[in-house]
Amino acid sequence: MALDTVNIQNKITETFGNSTSNFRMQRDIFCFDVDSDKAYNLVKFLKEDADLNFHFLTDLAGIHYPDNEKSQQFAVTYQLHNWIENTRIRVKTFLDGENPELKSIVDLFQCANWMEREAWDFYGIQFDGHPQLKRILNMDEMVSHPMRKEFPMEDSGRTDKDDRFFGRTS
Amino acid sequence: MSDLLLPPEHRYAKVIEERRNEDGSELSVLNLGPTHPATHGIFQNILLMDGERILDAEPTIGYIHRAFEKIAENRPFYQINVLTDRMNYCSSPINNMAWWMTVEKLLNIEVPKRAQYLRVIVMELARIADHLICNSILGVDTGAYTGFLYVFQFREKIYEIYEEICGARLTTNMGRIGGFERDWSPEAFKKLETFLHDFPIAWKEFENLFERNRIFIDRTVDVGPISAEKAMQYGFTGPNLRAAGIDYDVRKATPYSSYEDFDFDVPVGKSGDTYDRFCVRNAEVWESLKIIRQALDKLPEGAYHADVPDYYLPPKEDVYHNMESLIYHFKIVMGEVPVPVDEIYHAVEGGNGELGFYLISDGSRTPYRLKMRRPCYIYYQAYTEMIKGGMLSDAIVILSSLNVIAGELDA
Repeated sequence: MALDTVNIQNKITETFGNSTSNFRMQRDIFCFDVDSDKAYNLVKFLKEDADLNFHFLTDLAGIHYPDNEKSQQFAVTYQLHNWIENTRIRVKTFLDGENPELKSIVDLFQCANWMEREAWDFYGIQFDGHPQLKRILNMDEMVSHPMRKEFPMEDSGRTDKDDRFFGRTS
Repeated sequence: MSDLLLPPEHRYAKVIEERRNEDGSELSVLNLGPTHPATHGIFQNILLMDGERILDAEPTIGYIHRAFEKIAENRPFYQINVLTDRMNYCSSPINNMAWWMTVEKLLNIEVPKRAQYLRVIVMELARIADHLICNSILGVDTGAYTGFLYVFQFREKIYEIYEEICGARLTTNMGRIGGFERDWSPEAFKKLETFLHDFPIAWKEFENLFERNRIFIDRTVDVGPISAEKAMQYGFTGPNLRAAGIDYDVRKATPYSSYEDFDFDVPVGKSGDTYDRFCVRNAEVWESLKIIRQALDKLPEGAYHADVPDYYLPPKEDVYHNMESLIYHFKIVMGEVPVPVDEIYHAVEGGNGELGFYLISDGSRTPYRLKMRRPCYIYYQAYTEMIKGGMLSDAIVILSSLNVIAGELDA
């Protein structure tokens, strides 16, 4: 069976019904959203279903959307790949802005270990069931999560790099 | 609180407290790195040792973390290229081209055939440079200095070709959105021809020194093996995965930049040990040479960049004499170019595996989010498991055979 997007969508909606939404093609990759409480089960299903067989976790990325409503201020995307059919898929799940929490997928993909640690380090996303959720690239003493949008990149006291002098506003 | 959250020395202190060997000797903790010359970069591993044998290890990474993903959120697209140089600095052109291809995919730019072929040539040169360093340094780590000296001068030759193409050597910042900043000079092609003539002779000699060498085989066969299953679990890609026997190669799976035009094989190993990784890299160098030869023979005439005035800087003379060019120049330099709202992922076969850029654009001058899939970062997780139970000197050899590049690991 070729892995058409229609087939993937049918299989997923059959099992997960209303928990999934917003099925779309983003260029060459088929994407959809899933409720955060079903994310673990969905990834497990994608991996273990014999037809879908998305057996390789390419990447896991945290994202911060401070302008969204409170319950959707963080997101985690999983990029999975089926090497046999050479099909990629992207799953996005939105998390609460106050207390972003998600079930860890380390027991499904070992490589998710450091990816989730990175997401914790930079966005403060709590992964339940992670064996060693501590900072990875930043030092342990750090208190903030620097990839959040409110974290300034440069010293705010600097005046020589004011964007207004270059005709930019934002 | 889980024990794993404690600093490793505390954890290991408990183990040492509890366990005594029969002959009365104790376990010990050894700090390997962060700046040990044998680790070729800044990695720290805190090891729990029983004599020469490693029982447990915990890596600490992030010593040269430079927050590239954060910087990228604050820079226009063309300025992000210099960040990619500094990831895998052994093969910067691959990173550069990967980034341009990502941006071109976002902006729907069709690159002329000539530029695509030139990109293939320079990417394969970079792959040769990358594998050459990895394999020759592996030789040094097992005590064979000579092979390294034979081939290392050819990295210099490759850098001279880079220099001829873009003016820089290590951190190349090569190319532009849509193609190259200038066409390649005749001198560049001349140097390339000389390289293609001389290098295979040296590389053959290098292979002969190692592949059937008793000492080298003793040091590498069955050292740090990883099964195909495990390698997949740990997110291996590139030569390290292929050494374990899986023929996944992004160049074949999703060809980019006209890779489908070239005829080449994907070498695979069997056991995934250090020796297989060495042999796979050796074989890939031959395949890269094959690709470069084909690309040179088939190199089409034509433009070396796409006709996209919105994104490609006009010639400097025109900027001084032509109003339109001046406007384009100003807009590009200020980063005020039209960008669609989209989410894309583009992957290439980097020196170490699948190098991917996951780019979320909100239509502004900078990416909203740029996640770099850095192959080193992902497969270095397996290092702990690979060295457990081995000797300390094997740990060094395994590290060099994995080709972990600090810049890519920490980004």
